[in-house]
Amino acid sequence: MVEGILLEGLIYGIMVLGVFITFRILDFPDLTVDGSFPLGAAIMAQLILRGTNLGLALLVAFIGGFLAGCVTALIHNKLKVPNLLAGILTMTMLYSINIRILQNRANVPLLRTETILTRVTEMTSGFLSQDWAILIFFVIVTLLIKFLLDLFFRTDLGMTLGALGNNEQMIITQGINPENLKLIGVGLSNGLVAISGAFAAQYQGFADVNLGQGIVIAGLASVMIGEFLLRSNRIVVLTLRVILGSILFRGIMYLGRYYGYLIHMTPNDLKLITGLLIILSLVITRLRGYRFRVKP
Amino acid sequence: MIRLENVSMVFNKGTPNENLAMKEVSLEVRERDFITVIGSNGAGKSTLLNLIAGTYLPSRGRIFINDRDVTRDPEYKRAKYIGRVFQNPLLGTASNMALEDNLTISSRKGFKGLKISLNRARREYFREQLKPLEMDLDKRMKDNVGLLSGGQRQALTLLIMALSRPTLILLDEHTAALDPKNAQVILDLTTRFVEEYELTTIMVTHNMSHAIKYGNRLLMLDQGEIILDLVGREKAELTVDRLVEKFHTIRHQTFENDEVLLSNDSDE
Repeated sequence: MVEGILLEGLIYGIMVLGVFITFRILDFPDLTVDGSFPLGAAIMAQLILRGTNLGLALLVAFIGGFLAGCVTALIHNKLKVPNLLAGILTMTMLYSINIRILQNRANVPLLRTETILTRVTEMTSGFLSQDWAILIFFVIVTLLIKFLLDLFFRTDLGMTLGALGNNEQMIITQGINPENLKLIGVGLSNGLVAISGAFAAQYQGFADVNLGQGIVIAGLASVMIGEFLLRSNRIVVLTLRVILGSILFRGIMYLGRYYGYLIHMTPNDLKLITGLLIILSLVITRLRGYRFRVKP
Repeated sequence: MIRLENVSMVFNKGTPNENLAMKEVSLEVRERDFITVIGSNGAGKSTLLNLIAGTYLPSRGRIFINDRDVTRDPEYKRAKYIGRVFQNPLLGTASNMALEDNLTISSRKGFKGLKISLNRARREYFREQLKPLEMDLDKRMKDNVGLLSGGQRQALTLLIMALSRPTLILLDEHTAALDPKNAQVILDLTTRFVEEYELTTIMVTHNMSHAIKYGNRLLMLDQGEIILDLVGREKAELTVDRLVEKFHTIRHQTFENDEVLLSNDSDE
């Protein structure tokens, strides 16, 4: 049970890092995520079936997600559309695109095909159980991505992204075009989300166009749960708590799935529970008097 | 170096709320000018600054910086030569980031790459720059800017602006949101930076005595026009009474209450 929760927490944690970038750092509530998550899964699955190099496939998934994010940012920048609407537009269009990528199917199974995960278990089959091998692999992958993000947000470009969400006027006064920064930030976020989707497809053994339903909300809930765990202004801690929040959120979902029947809950109620978790988090933060930057 | 040629600005054109905020204004700002701008609410002071900065693009007319036509350049492009401090102290810095991060972002204008430029030498340099503010900010480099007072933030914004060595600085009532003591500190700092970095300055103020005391040139705006432009000796010999008198002779009208037009609160 614990390995399952940790695993899911880590795999989806990569997605939550992406959601954290848009919602918290850029102050750009981005709903593209619901489309870019299955986009990553679809690209990965299709390339695996074609026998493409697995590392390359993952890179293509990242680029696909990045471009999806750029489309949202472009719609918002050039047509002066509110960011929420821009995200919904891209997400809706991605649904059709994802089905095309999956060769006009809604679901593509990845059973008995070689994936990154089967490679990992093969390599470690002598000394580690399959579950532990995959768990350790994802600890390494997620922490590596977290570390790279920490590094990125220490660079001059990363810092300007941080300032953009807080004070767009300052960015303009410093002679930087905020539109370019949004392109980079939203792109990066969706690139991470697509990587998360690519791994989720390999872990679950299939890619499905509906994989992304409610992903943004799950991500946001994870971000907010994480914010109760640690308080800090240091990026190293902020990204850490995103991952911890993701694991805790998956734990709560796990409890709901396996022990929810005790209170007559079915798996269909999980979305309701996720929404209520967010509302609860908002209420608690209000009562505590923290100022949150979630804009309607 | 900065030239406005017959610049007009119309807001809400073609609607019942149409408003001609700037009427055929021409202005030549010379290098090292320190211009103070006064005028009543709605006279066009902020519109003038916004037009120069590029926040608004003019409805008619042309704007030149160093003989380059920048009329159609967006704000972020012009920001490479223009420094700006707003009335709201929160607009100059990012509250959720450390002081040193704010300085890193602002120490060079324009798009930034993937370099990590904040290192020990850089921190030392920032600390040296912060010391003269005499606010002990050099000891708070890792604090979030949101923890600073309005006066401290405005001082920081001024410093940031000065460090980038802009061609022109625009100060939009930058002391109006501060208490009298802090306002004086910021004004003193302003004059010091203007001297030290040899900045060309346009300062909008609500305070007539400040407008008279500071700078070498004074502009008075009314209903979208520059009605008075005093330089050198004329400006130096100005008093509050003489200024009010001049306004009346130009406009041939007396206001019921001059305080509405020009506040003469010396401690504002």
